[in-house]
This record gives sequence, C-alpha cells and structure tokens, in this order.
Amino acid sequence: MSSDPVLTVPAAPSAGDLRTEEMLLNMGPQHPATHGVLRVVVRTDGEIVLDCEPHVGYLHRCFEKHCESVTVLQSVLYTDRLDYLTAMGNNWGFCLAIEKLFGPELVVPERAQYMRVICQELNRIASHLLAIGTYGMDIGAITPFLYCFREREKILGIFEAICGQRLNYNYIRPGGVAYDWDDRMVGMIKDFCGYFRPKVAEYDDLLSENEIFVRRTADVGVLPLATAIQYGCTGPVLRGSGVPRDLRKDQPYGIYDRFTFDVVVGKGEKGTVGDCFDRYICRMREMEQSISIVEQAINALPGGEYRSAKIKGKIRPPKGEAYTRIENSRGEVGFYVVSDGKEVLYRLKCRSPSFHNISVIPEISRGSMVADLIAIIGSMDIVLGEVDR
Amino acid sequence: MNRQQLVDRIKAQFGDRVLEAVPDGLEPFVRVQAADWPALALFLRDQLGLDYLGCLTGIDRGKGQGLEAIYHLEKMDKDRLGIAVRIRVPYEAAEIPSVETVWRTADWHEREAWDLLGIRFTGHHNLVRILCAEDWEGHPLRKDYRSPDTYHGVKNNVV
Amino acid sequence: MSDPTLSELDLNNDSPLRDNILITQVDKLINWTRRSSVWPMTFGLACCAIEMMATGASSYDIDRFGAGPFRATPRQADLMIVAGTVSHKMAPRVKRLFDQMPEPKFVIAMGACTVSGGPYIKHGYHVLKGVDRIVPVDVYVPGCPPRPEALLEGLFRIQEKMERERILDRERKGARPKLLVE
Repeated sequence: MSSDPVLTVPAAPSAGDLRTEEMLLNMGPQHPATHGVLRVVVRTDGEIVLDCEPHVGYLHRCFEKHCESVTVLQSVLYTDRLDYLTAMGNNWGFCLAIEKLFGPELVVPERAQYMRVICQELNRIASHLLAIGTYGMDIGAITPFLYCFREREKILGIFEAICGQRLNYNYIRPGGVAYDWDDRMVGMIKDFCGYFRPKVAEYDDLLSENEIFVRRTADVGVLPLATAIQYGCTGPVLRGSGVPRDLRKDQPYGIYDRFTFDVVVGKGEKGTVGDCFDRYICRMREMEQSISIVEQAINALPGGEYRSAKIKGKIRPPKGEAYTRIENSRGEVGFYVVSDGKEVLYRLKCRSPSFHNISVIPEISRGSMVADLIAIIGSMDIVLGEVDR
Repeated sequence: MNRQQLVDRIKAQFGDRVLEAVPDGLEPFVRVQAADWPALALFLRDQLGLDYLGCLTGIDRGKGQGLEAIYHLEKMDKDRLGIAVRIRVPYEAAEIPSVETVWRTADWHEREAWDLLGIRFTGHHNLVRILCAEDWEGHPLRKDYRSPDTYHGVKNNVV
Repeated sequence: MSDPTLSELDLNNDSPLRDNILITQVDKLINWTRRSSVWPMTFGLACCAIEMMATGASSYDIDRFGAGPFRATPRQADLMIVAGTVSHKMAPRVKRLFDQMPEPKFVIAMGACTVSGGPYIKHGYHVLKGVDRIVPVDVYVPGCPPRPEALLEGLFRIQEKMERERILDRERKGARPKLLVE
C-alpha cells in the first residue's frame, strides 16, 4: 500500500519547494477592463505589482496625416473620432484653433456660443456617466452601468435630434455650429435639466456610500500633486489631487466667464487626497456643475445666427500657427495648427489628456495588487482613440 | 510676471544663444539651438517655475528647413503663464537632447516624435516606437512619406 | 429490412435520407439552442464599442435575444463582434483571438472601419482596410457608428445563418466565408 501513488501521503512542502520568482502578466490589448485597446505588461510578485508598462498604439488611425490631406471642414469629422466620448469638445477645440488663425475679423455669433456651451456640457455629462458606469462595472457593480446608460440615452436622443448622430457629431464647425435648433429641441434640453438632477443622488446611493466600492477605491492609486504636474495630467485626474485647475475658469474660452459654477476638487473624503475615490467623486460632482451650466445657458439662449457669415463654402485659414486648449471631460485637449493659407492644413497636432494620464499609471501602481491596478486604470478614465490618434 | 518679463529674463540669462524671441502675437515663442536646450530647460523649470510641459509638437518644415520640435511650457497655477520653445534641426542630423529627466511628460512625447517624424532624442532611456507597430518602416508624418503597399502580406493601399 | 449503416448512407449527395425527418428535427433543436444563446466576445476597439455597450445596456438590451453575456475569453464565445477600427498593430491579435474560438464561430464586422477601412481608407497607413482581410466575416453591419438597432439586425442575420446549419454537414460547405485577398 505504501507504494500505491494514490494512497501515499505526500511529504509536506518545504520552503525550498515554493517557487517565488516574478511573473510577467500581459493584460490586453483585448481585455474587459482596459477601456479599449491598451496593453499593460505587468511584472508581479504573486499578487503584488512590482512594475507595469503600458503599450499603446493599437488604435493608431493616422489622424494627423489625415488632417494634412483633407480639407479643414473634412478634418472636423476626424476630430470627432479622437475622444469619441466627448466629440463635441474635440470639434470645439479644433474650431477654436482655426478661428484663432482667422483672428478678430471672424466673430462667432452669440447664439452659436451658447449652443456650443450647452452641447459641450451635455457631452461632459454623457461622458462622465459612461466613466462612472464602467468604473462601477470594473469594480464589480453592474447595476450603475445600466442606470447611467439610461440617462445617457436621453442625452444621445437630444444630440440625435440636433445633429442626426448619436456618437460622432461633426456639429461644431469653424464659425459656429452646423444646424439650428427649434423649439422642440430646446424643450428636450429643458426637460432633461429637470429630469437629471435627482438622478445624481441615485448614483451616490449606489456607489459613493457603498462599502465595497469605497474599500476598493479609497487609498488606492494615490497620485501626489507634484507627480501629476510632472507627468502632465489634467482634468479630474489633476483636480482629484487637490488643485482647482480648470481651463474654463483659468483661461475661459467661448463664453464660460458668464456662467457661475464651482471647480470640484478632491479632498480625500474617504481616504487620501488623490486616490481613486477622489477622481471618481470629482466626476460625480462635475456632472452636477455641468447640469447647472446647461440650465443657465438654455434659459439665456438668444436668437440670431447660428453660424458666422464670413465662413461660407471653402475654408482657407490665413497663414500662421496657433495653439488652443479646451477643458474636455478627461482634461486639456490641445490643438496646434499650422496653416499656409490653403484649404488643407500643413500640420495639425492634437495633445490629448489620456496620453498623459496613462503614462502616470506605472508611477502610482507600484506596490498595489493586480485588482487595484484595474481600479487605477478605471479611475484614469482613458479613451484610446485620443491616446493613439 | 507677464510674458514680456519672462522672455526678458530668458534673454538676460542666455544672451545670443536665444536665436529668436517673439513675446506676443498668436504664438509667442523663443528659439534656441539643440545644444543649448538642456540648460534652457533646467532654467525654465527651476528659475522660472514652468513645471508643466503641455505639448511637444514635431513638424516637418520641408526641404531646406528641416525638422522642428515645439515645446509648449507653462506654470500650473491660476495665471498659466507660459512660452513655447522651438528647436530646428536638419534632416541629416536630426538630434535633440532629451529632457525626459526635466519633465516626465517628455518621455512619451519624445517617443512619439521619434516614431512619427524621426527626430532622435539623445539620452532618452527607451527611444522606441510608441504608436506604430514595432516593425513599421519609415516616419509617417514626414512630407515625403509613402504608405507601404502591403504589410505582412495584407494589401494596404486600396484607394 | 435492416437499417443501412452510416457508411452506406449517401449523405453528401442530395439523397432523400439527408433530409430524413429525424435528423431535421435534431437539426432544428440544436440550431434553436445555438441561436437563442449566442455569446459574443467583448471585442470593442473604438467608437463602435460604445454603441455595442449601448446595445447591451438597458434601452436596447441585447440580452432579451440571448446574446447578453459578453464573454471576455474567446474560449467561451460563439460570436466575435469586431467593433472598431483594426490597426495593423492590432491585426495579429484579432487573428489569434479568432483562431482561439471554438467552432462553430461567427464574426460580425461592425462599423465602416471593419467593413472596408471606413473614413481611414485613403490616408490611413496604419489601418487595416477591412477586417475580412484577416478573418472570415459572416455579417457586415455598416454605419459610423451603426445604431444599436443595426447591430441587433446583424445579430438576427447571424441567427438566421445558424438556422440553416446541419449537424451532418461537418465541413459546413460554403458556410464559411472567404477572406478578401485582392
């Protein structure tokens, strides 16, 4: 019986038997929680992350080459597909750069300015809804995802009414916007303002006070302020680390200086300042601020032209170079445009916030567990379309 | 401090090494040689407090002019005072010293400029392609770039 | 009369035994179970992934057609919805994941980029001009991005394709689409 391999009791393992070398774990590019085609090569010691290296470029769609080959008006639709969750913002940033080249002779009408602000803030809400919903899903809570998409569908319905598209709008054009609004669309936006406010309280109940969610996000992925600035982080990632840096207040573009709203900053409510929970709560509170801006704007919407009469037909920006930035949901989106007077630009460079937010992930995830790495990546709220361009 | 004072302090420190300085207009910038860039970078970050590198743009300026790198720098406070720095290098010697130890942002931006334009950043710890596939050939944003007809046997240029 | 053995049954020609009533009922049962629980693989690459998520969410709810559980691993998936632009860097991974899926497997090419390259067809040096160059595609859903209803229609076409399958047709002659090689 002692020679029977099944019935013989094996000897207890000694310390020499246990293999404790490091392991290289490959996350992605196809992965349910990397928010797109991101590949992270993680060096782990058991469950602890020793180091990780993000690899990007799996969605490189040659945006900058396209903008050197097609006309200015056609480039607008390629800017949509950069950060496809806040396409209005990208459109606006690009149009601001073109309008800067035109200088003071090109005046965007008042009505168009208000329409731009409303579209941008509604898009910010839609983007944050998706960010919060998918972040809950990453952590393990599936229900907020369904609730957030219910609200998101209302916003997408508004966008479909005003420009015909649910996702890649191509709506904000140089000189104004593409189409005018009628009373039905204004009514839809006003209804949405009244509908949305109580919903944020629902999400708070579901997530912000949820013990499991708080335990998984508080004190995880703490991003010190100096590191955030060194790596060029902006948006809720930077504001989560405690500074109220928001381009809508620091360098207002459009008509943002006419609206009253607060800049939400991470305070370390549940843990340390700059942890994942702070970034999440910044997005949650920013939705409230955004709906307040939409209310102020829709109640003050003037009549008039929706597009500047100066830009009609072919757009030939004057020769020159300009760099403009706007505050998008993920941070600062910058467009550096070089024009030599033709219909086709000479060079367009897009500076995207997610590019920087990913680069800081290795810095803040050392020593955390693999599950925490997922929470950190989700809290950065990245969109690979603008990382890879 | 306003931008004019910023530019004056740079010119006071570097004198003739500032090849061009435009403090106002659409795009304020200063231009230096590639060799002077590390010293200027440290001066801007430590003495003038420009701790935020917003954007690194690489441009192919065309025949006879070469490649150019444009750094948009800023102080991350309420005023956001900043300046752009332009560095031009010829095609045959397209090398700029890396500033990834001055602003960590530069790490990935320099990799992208190398990938898409072929500007070599000397002293970078890991200058490999970041956006295009690892075995991609050529630098796509150069003006004389031609897209490959096939890639690993799959037809690429269909129009 | 003894029953003919399987080898004597002439199944590859149009013999009446092929449409034997017993086998067609088994076909119908198996096809009904297959098409009522098509499990897609999460393969969202770009903007179309957001519309795919919207299809899975509350308003359009792909789960009522049985295709709700999106599996992250190809080993458990029947359907690969390629949603978003495939770049040359990503293409080998798409091919590898398709190879890892067990038979019977289907592919929906969702969005203009996967159909033929989309808006990137002319100047996109790094974009694969259509995912049918590397994996065989069963249903093409055009749009940029296609509406959730369009994706659901694509799912219904896949279900119709599954209805036409036969268990005795092991090689699925003509059922596997061809790769685009021009």
